[in-house]
Amino acid sequence: MSRALRATAASLLLTAGAAVAQDANLGRNLAATCANCHGTDGQVRGDAVKPLAGVPAAKIVAACNDFKSGAAPATIMHQIARGFTDGQIQAIAAYFAAQPAKK
Amino acid sequence: MTQPSRPSRRRVLGAGLAAAGALPLWGCANPASGPSIGRVVVVGGGFGGATAARYLRMWGGNIDVTLVDRYPNFISCPMSNLVIGGHKQMSDITVPYAGLEAMGIRRIQGEVVAIDAAAKAVRLADGRTLPYDRAVLSPGVDFMFSQVAGLDSPAAQDRILHGWKAGPQTLALRRQLEAMPDGGVYALTIPQVPYRCPPGPYERACLVAGYFKQFKPRSKVLLLDANPEIQSKKVLFEKAFAEHYKGIIDYRPNNDLMQVDAATLTAKFDFDEVKADVLNVVPPQRAADIARRAGLVNMNNRWVGIDWLTMESTAVPGIHVLGDAVLAGPLMPKSGHLANQQAKVAAAAILQLLKGEPINPAPVLANTCYSFVTAHEAVHVTTVHQYDAAEKGFKVAPGGGLSAAASPLEARYAMSWAENVWADMLAT
Repeated sequence: MSRALRATAASLLLTAGAAVAQDANLGRNLAATCANCHGTDGQVRGDAVKPLAGVPAAKIVAACNDFKSGAAPATIMHQIARGFTDGQIQAIAAYFAAQPAKK
Repeated sequence: MTQPSRPSRRRVLGAGLAAAGALPLWGCANPASGPSIGRVVVVGGGFGGATAARYLRMWGGNIDVTLVDRYPNFISCPMSNLVIGGHKQMSDITVPYAGLEAMGIRRIQGEVVAIDAAAKAVRLADGRTLPYDRAVLSPGVDFMFSQVAGLDSPAAQDRILHGWKAGPQTLALRRQLEAMPDGGVYALTIPQVPYRCPPGPYERACLVAGYFKQFKPRSKVLLLDANPEIQSKKVLFEKAFAEHYKGIIDYRPNNDLMQVDAATLTAKFDFDEVKADVLNVVPPQRAADIARRAGLVNMNNRWVGIDWLTMESTAVPGIHVLGDAVLAGPLMPKSGHLANQQAKVAAAAILQLLKGEPINPAPVLANTCYSFVTAHEAVHVTTVHQYDAAEKGFKVAPGGGLSAAASPLEARYAMSWAENVWADMLAT
């Protein structure tokens, strides 16, 4: 493995949280837990729920942190966001940010 | 029937392939090239099975996926209480499998009679066999009719409906309620946990009571629960019963159904006897028959034990089991939402097993169940479940919880949930 690749892998590990970073499809798998309400790959149907596909990762992370802290009003997202680690939320956000807004 | 949002292109594509006799369909709609990584046969096209088929194809690229279900379309249990309450039609909860076919999944309408794990083949009632490298079984539940005296005959089951598998019984129960005269009694019995959809009976009581309140105001709902208390969203349902249905819903805990008389629509309990005009019995449940025939039922002689990292049976290698048939982990309801989530864990693991890659060591499941307490207001319960390597199972994560109160906003979210989860599993 080259030094550059090793550095990339190390930063990915940091981003996703070292304890759960072994799986190459971590972000994809975790993001799939959101699909039931937010649509497959974050491409939501209807206008009741916010789409996540193509949304910048920092925005998704910030929103989840606001849900966790209670700063953002919610019916359910404060309860769901608290169930995920910060590393998992970062991996989910990175995955959704990379998805096209519409297929 | 509900049409998928973009039906015409897929219909045309599917029809063209079928007309050309171009089975197997895989590869036609997917640009993935190279040899197939394996054959997966999925038995059961509900929340678990349909999702597994979809995600195996979506994530797996060139993989042969066959989905077998006995029905021509998917009919959703979630939202079916709205049909029983008179607010939705069967067409609103029915979705075709065309989206899955369009993505290259081979769909077979048929009855699976056996799974031969040694030969790695699924056998259909028409004699066909479907060879597999990995099988997925998402069979749902079957009813233990014999546990209720008087219910174990087709004639009794025609008169005393369960309405606990969405389909013809959903509409038949609605018709019974419509035919019931004002001043009548609708009795709904709930079995001891575990059963499919813990909040479902209480939601059904609310929606039937709402129908009575508007159209048959002298009628009553008798809710007879084998359990000592409301099993899901307790405070929210108690509030709904008191605020909206006082004098209509009579909730009676600790009433375990012993016997029914189909001729007189009488239900007998330990200390009580109830005569109804519409008697709706949700019978005790177990993993569906095919799970037993496949040798998978190894928990309490009733449910299927699985390895939670892969959802693979602990009794029979190579068969992954999803949904209501599984012996659930802590605080996991038997819900369509959770079956969908389990299917994604299974799909990811099956692809890794087929490719000889290490299994994802840290899967996560989330559950959300919405229930309508009136036609226009809903409530939820939600949990997140993190895999715990030491316990070899899922543990409930921090967070989770109930609605603060019923609201129209959550009713809107509930309808949006249905639209999105059906699209997620059926690729509409």
